[in-house]
Amino acid sequence: MILLLLIALLMLGGLIAWVSERAGSNWPRWVTLGTTFVGLCAIGVDTVPHLIGHVELPSNPWLREYSVPWIPRFGIGLHLAMDGLGFLLIGLTLVLGMVAVIASWTDITTGIGFFHFNLLWVLAGIVGVFVAMDLFLFFVFWELMLVPMYLLISLWGHERRSYAATKFFLFTQAGGLLMLISILALSVVHYRQTGIATFDYSALLGTSLPPETEFWLMLGFFAAFAVKLPVVPLHPWLPDAHTEAPTGGSIILAGVLLKTGAYGLLRFAIPLFPNASETFAIVAMTLGVVGILYGALLAFAQTDFKRLVAYSSVAHLGFVLLGVYAGNLHARQGAIMAMVAHGLSTGALFMIAGLLQERLHTRDLRRMGGLWPVVPKLSGVTLVFSMASLGIPGLANFIGEFLVLLGTYRVNIPLAILATIGVVGAALYSLILIQRAFHGENTEGWKVPDLGAAQFATLGAMILLSLTLGLYPQPLLNASRPAIARIQTWGSQTDTQDTPAALEHEASDLATPAPSGR
Amino acid sequence: MIMTLNDIIALLPALILAAGALVIMLLAAWNRPHGMVNRTVATVQALALGGVLLASNVIPRQATALFLVDEFALFYIALILLGGVLVTILSHGYLDGQLDRHNEYYALLLLASLGGVVLAMSVHGASLFLGLELLSVSLYTLLSYAREDPRALEAGIKYLLLSAVASAFLLLGLALLYFLTGELIFSALRPPLADDGPSRAVCLAGLALILTGIGFKLAVVPFHMWAPDVYQGAPTPVAAFVATISKIAVVALLLRALFHMGALNDKAVTDALSVLAVASMFAGNMLALLQDNVKRLLAYSSIAHLGYLLVAVIAGGALGAEAVGFYVAAYLVTMLGIFGVLTLLSKPYVEAERVEDLRGLLWRDPPAGAIWVIAVLSLAGVPLTAGFVIKFYVVVAGLSSDRWLLVLFFVLNSVIGLFYYLNLIRVALARDSESSDGQRQALAPRWTWSDGVVMATLILAIVWLGVYPIPFIDLIEHTTAVLVAAD
Repeated sequence: MILLLLIALLMLGGLIAWVSERAGSNWPRWVTLGTTFVGLCAIGVDTVPHLIGHVELPSNPWLREYSVPWIPRFGIGLHLAMDGLGFLLIGLTLVLGMVAVIASWTDITTGIGFFHFNLLWVLAGIVGVFVAMDLFLFFVFWELMLVPMYLLISLWGHERRSYAATKFFLFTQAGGLLMLISILALSVVHYRQTGIATFDYSALLGTSLPPETEFWLMLGFFAAFAVKLPVVPLHPWLPDAHTEAPTGGSIILAGVLLKTGAYGLLRFAIPLFPNASETFAIVAMTLGVVGILYGALLAFAQTDFKRLVAYSSVAHLGFVLLGVYAGNLHARQGAIMAMVAHGLSTGALFMIAGLLQERLHTRDLRRMGGLWPVVPKLSGVTLVFSMASLGIPGLANFIGEFLVLLGTYRVNIPLAILATIGVVGAALYSLILIQRAFHGENTEGWKVPDLGAAQFATLGAMILLSLTLGLYPQPLLNASRPAIARIQTWGSQTDTQDTPAALEHEASDLATPAPSGR
Repeated sequence: MIMTLNDIIALLPALILAAGALVIMLLAAWNRPHGMVNRTVATVQALALGGVLLASNVIPRQATALFLVDEFALFYIALILLGGVLVTILSHGYLDGQLDRHNEYYALLLLASLGGVVLAMSVHGASLFLGLELLSVSLYTLLSYAREDPRALEAGIKYLLLSAVASAFLLLGLALLYFLTGELIFSALRPPLADDGPSRAVCLAGLALILTGIGFKLAVVPFHMWAPDVYQGAPTPVAAFVATISKIAVVALLLRALFHMGALNDKAVTDALSVLAVASMFAGNMLALLQDNVKRLLAYSSIAHLGYLLVAVIAGGALGAEAVGFYVAAYLVTMLGIFGVLTLLSKPYVEAERVEDLRGLLWRDPPAGAIWVIAVLSLAGVPLTAGFVIKFYVVVAGLSSDRWLLVLFFVLNSVIGLFYYLNLIRVALARDSESSDGQRQALAPRWTWSDGVVMATLILAIVWLGVYPIPFIDLIEHTTAVLVAAD
């Protein structure tokens, strides 16, 4: 029930935020902030006690579940359920939602009510994606988060907003519709086998498919998630959308919207089509490594602050893809860690980009330079997050990427080595960002105010969060473990049993053997 | 043949419409004020809707050889009448104070609806032709009702000429079928179609000719040439009528004919329909991309939508018939929502038709803008609107009958369609109105309370069909059962 209430709360909050614009321009902001905060507290208070102390696999996979029929004619139900993985991502969504409001506080000056309405509806759609356990419902939420995001980009974006927004919508929609065919085809196959029309996730899990059908259906799902993630040949929408979106939009887009792709792979593409996914894994892993290298290379070449961060996302999400398809517990745990860490660090970097643009009215790194003495606080914070982005130990990103590399190494050594080279690339683009923006001559003679108190507090809190997860990742790994352990693993059979002794210190909990099957 | 009381009750919707048309013509002798005529016409159609309820007690009923009144027919009749009421009410604001002649407009509107109702009930070549001609002849005049406007005249003439050609094809087709079987009832064609000799060839030739005639009415490619010009030239409410009601009636007839003839089990027929469907989708969407006139764009968009609808028709079976039923209902409310906004913005000779006319609509007039955005989203098939359930239905129906290629083309085209639908939404949401010329000022929506009720109903219907479609799905399942049983 709480899941339904959470989504309803966000939607209702959106409507109130829109209407409350009449009361004053700050009202929508406070309403949005309050709504996300209440949502976060509610779901946190409700769920966290359950997460603590559950070390063994509970028989019921879900922490919270809610199910009522919706369109019984086709076996479509309003089936919402949340496990540890869902909880983490919902938490990330709501936290970044609040960050987005604060980042847009001074950025958005026109149509404030409608902006926050769209913001909350994007969040509602994303939360819906993370909890929908009916494939039809999942698709509804999948599409639902697109429209407000499209509006955010096309109405409040920067110079080439129409182009970027349309590109974003078309790419994701094309992928989404391929997934729709796959969803419906899966249901039809299931109906022919059992005579039961259903879209329920747990019911469809057991569908046995002929290998060729399974492969094509898997590809439909993969297409949708790969566009969202993005996987390299399907990524062209990302740099444009991220660059042109308003600050708040970029934060949500990079911070959580991309994660829906990885979540979809973990939740749907692999468990529904385990055999096809295993066959396909090597292709996906290669694409992941290509993404890491390509993203790093292009990020290095950018002169636009936001574009640089956008391409760095391509590289980071390459790690996630690699981890998801490496097929063992460590890599997948790492992928989830990398998702959360990337959400925090990239969200913060986009917020910084917005703050800089607000002050300098440019995102061009060639015109920046020498900003450190001008805005010392902002520069310091940026440094921390670029260090996070390059994967320095002690911050969350390191844990994620390390675990992914560890897991990959056990499956495919050449790919692991290539991916590690990508980490060097990350150091390059992160450092060049700092160097170009904050070091050197202040050729343009910038004199701008430093961070405000609220902004500093927000970024500081994000640093703290990232640091906590980097130094003590165990709670997060524990929370996601039951969900991950249920997903089929592959690779050599002994992988999950023979854990190298060295690893026991790193994450003793990880070594629990995954149960076979679902 | 003797008609019993029950026959008359079954035909009540059509009879009420016919009587209503007469009453309106008589009213013209007194030259009654516009509001009065408008309300009378709306009432007549509402009464006919009541007639549907009465008729539902005596069905299924074969009233003469020409008409079969069953659940399926009544469902489509109800849709036609509902659309008719809405178009009538919207016409009031459009025509009011602009033209000094109203009665003929409304009489023709009723006759056109009557044509649609006849089509929905017809199971016979003669009633098919009767219905089509009633519909077309009324539309010739309605299309060029703003007769001082050369484009309206062009629209009328174009429709007249092409429609006449299509009718000729249709008649020739019917003649061939009559030559073959000596009957004009649709179900009489089952044996020759199943046959393997020369009679099958004649039968297919006849069907091809009839399909040409019907394809013209539906504006499917390659019989679509008239659509953009007619939509553009016609008064906006009439364009709405052409886009929705006249097509829904013909779809009902097509479905009825195909099922009664058992033609959907015939590969030649489904192949021909598939070609039409694919051509319509692609041509409609591609050409819509090039338009900067909203009415022309909607014409091409409706061509594409008819292509989608044909996919559901081809899928056949219970699910296909059900999908078509849902499709036309959702299409009706969505298209009327869009044309409703255009009608509110337009008056005779000053049509809101450039995409630019809609710039910033949401901020100029929030209700009209919101309706526009929701209706276009529905047309584009975004979840929580009726248009999404359509999409779902078409894909499910197509997959259930293993028409993978058609489904793939459908999905591909939905993506292409997004280009221009997104543009329509973006324009309505744009804040910057750089060139505020004089004409834009004139295009503020004028609301009356009745328009408000109509538009609110449409939006509620769009959202309701999208969010909680199950009661309606059950209804459609019930109404198509008789049709499927005839297959």
